Amino acid sequence: MILQVDAVTVRFGGLVACDAATFAVEEGEILGLIGPNGAGKTTLFNAINGVHRPRSGRIVFRREEITGLRPFQVARRGVARAYQVVRPLNDLSVIANVTVGACFGRENLSLRAARTVAEEVLASLGLADKAEVAAGKLNVAQKKRLELGRALAARPALLLADEVLAGLNPQEVSAMLAVFRSLRERGVTVIMIEHLMHAVMNVCDRVVVLDYGKKIAEGSPQVVSSDPKVVEAYLGDPKAAQRFLEEAT
Amino acid sequence: MIRVRAPFLPALLVVLAVVAALPLAVNNNSLREELFLMFMLITLASSINIIMGYTGYVSFGHIVFFGLGGYFAFYLMQNFNAHFLVAALAGAIPASAIALVIGVPILRLRGAYFALATIGINEAMRTAINNFEPFGGAVGMFFNFSVYDTYGGARNAALLAYGVMVVVALATVTTSYLIRRSKFGLSLMAIREDQDVAMVVGIDPARAKVVAYVISSFFPALAGATFFFKNGIIEPGVAFDLLRSIESLVMCVLGGTGTVAGPIVGAALYEWLRGFLITTPALANFQLFLAGLLLLVVVLFVTAGLVGWLRNRYPVLRAYIQ
Repeated sequence: MILQVDAVTVRFGGLVACDAATFAVEEGEILGLIGPNGAGKTTLFNAINGVHRPRSGRIVFRREEITGLRPFQVARRGVARAYQVVRPLNDLSVIANVTVGACFGRENLSLRAARTVAEEVLASLGLADKAEVAAGKLNVAQKKRLELGRALAARPALLLADEVLAGLNPQEVSAMLAVFRSLRERGVTVIMIEHLMHAVMNVCDRVVVLDYGKKIAEGSPQVVSSDPKVVEAYLGDPKAAQRFLEEAT
Repeated sequence: MIRVRAPFLPALLVVLAVVAALPLAVNNNSLREELFLMFMLITLASSINIIMGYTGYVSFGHIVFFGLGGYFAFYLMQNFNAHFLVAALAGAIPASAIALVIGVPILRLRGAYFALATIGINEAMRTAINNFEPFGGAVGMFFNFSVYDTYGGARNAALLAYGVMVVVALATVTTSYLIRRSKFGLSLMAIREDQDVAMVVGIDPARAKVVAYVISSFFPALAGATFFFKNGIIEPGVAFDLLRSIESLVMCVLGGTGTVAGPIVGAALYEWLRGFLITTPALANFQLFLAGLLLLVVVLFVTAGLVGWLRNRYPVLRAYIQ
C-alpha cells in the first residue's frame, strides 16, 4: 500500500467538499477516481498534495503521515501532479518547463541531469521538436502532454493525473493511454481523475467513485460501472439509471 | 537555457571593463563622473532585475537598500574612522539583514500589494532616519575633508570610489548571470510564471524569494556606500530618493527584464538619453516628460524590452545574448 486516505474531510465554509473519504492505493496500480462534477475529486487531490489542509482525517504516503505538509514537501516525497486546467510556465521554453519538474521533485537532480531527463520525457511524449518553443505557444493537446511531462519528469512514485485526457481527440487519447500503461510497467502508481469512461475501463485496475464528497462505490471498473448507485449519481434518477444500464448491455 | 556555450559573460565583462578604463586612459574627469553614475545605475537596475525580472516581484522602493548601505557605511567611516572598503562591506551586511527581516513578511504579498509595501518601507525608512539623531536627522551627515587624507587626498579617493563602483557593477552582473543559469534561477523563474505550480513541483517559494531579495539588496547597499563616500554628504532625501528607484525600474523595463544584458543596456541607454535631452536646449525642459513617453511606448509596444525584443525577433541571438 502506497497511499492511505483515511476519513479525509475538507470544508470550504459551509460546503463539505470531501466528506470522510477513505480509500487505499496499492503500489503500482492505476486507480481511477470518478464521480459527477463537483463530487470533490480535485479537492481530494489538493488535500493529498498539500494545497488544502483537511479539516480532519489522515493521509499516509509510504508509511509516513503527510497530512498538513506543504505542497513542496509532498512533492519532494515523490508525489507529482498534472493539472486539469493546464498550467504551463508560459514564458519558459517547453524543455525548461519539464526541467523544472525534474529538478525540484523527488530526485533533486542537478540542472544538467534534469535536462537530460527532460529530453527523454519530451521524446517519449512526442514533443522533442518543440523543446525550445515557449510553452505558452503550444496548442491545447501539446499543453496537456507538457503538463503530464512536467509531472513525469519528477519520476514520481505516485502520479496524480487530473483529467489529462479531457479535450484530446481519439488518437491523442490512445497515445496517452499508452503512456499510462508504460507507467504501470515502470511501477509508477497513478491516481487518475477521468470522465472518459472507456479510458477508465481500459487502463484502471480499480475505481473509486465519489459523490458529494463521499465514497459511494469501489471496485473493478466493470463492477463499479454497473452499480446502480453509481449510475444514479451521474444521471440523478434511479429509473434513468436502470434504463441506461439496460441500453448499455 | 543550459546548452548554450557562447562565452557571453566573459565577453560582457571585457566590454564593461574596457568602457570603465576609457576615462582613465584619456584622463577625462567628466567622462569618469558620467561612467561612475552609469555603473551605479547598472548595479541598481541589475539588482532589481534579480527580484523583478527573474522572480516577478516588482520592488518599487528598492532604493531603500542603497540608502541604508550608504548610511551604515557613512556612519562607520565618520565615527569610527573605518576604512572605506571595510565600511562598505560592514554597511552592506546589515542592509541585507534588514532585507531578510522585511522580506519574510512582505514577500507573502503578491502583485501590486508587494510593490506598494516596498514603497511604504522606503518612505518609512526615510522618515525614521529624518528623526534619527545619530545619523544626523534631517540634515544628514557630512565628512570633514581630512577624511580623504587616508586615501591620498580627494582626487585619489574619487578614483578609488570609481574603481570600487566598477567592481561592484561587474560583481552584480556576474551574480545576475550565474543566478540566471542556475537551478536556483530556474526556481525563481518558475515562481514568476506560476507560484502555485512551483510549489507543487517541489519548490519552496517563500525561501527562494527571500534569498533572491537578500541578494538583490546587497549590491545596491554597496553602491550606496560607494556613492556617499565619494559624495562626502548623505541626507535622507538623496539616500531614499523614490525617483531614482523608479528610474532603475524604467531602465530594467527598457532594456528587458529577466535578461542579464537588459538592465545594462537599459541603464546605458537611459543615461545617454537623459544626457542628450538635458544638453539639447529645445528639449531640456521636457526631459522627464519625454522619458515618461518613452516608457509608455516600451510598455505598450515592446513589452519584452530592447534585449527581449531582439532575442524574440532573431532567435539566433539567444545563444549570444543572455
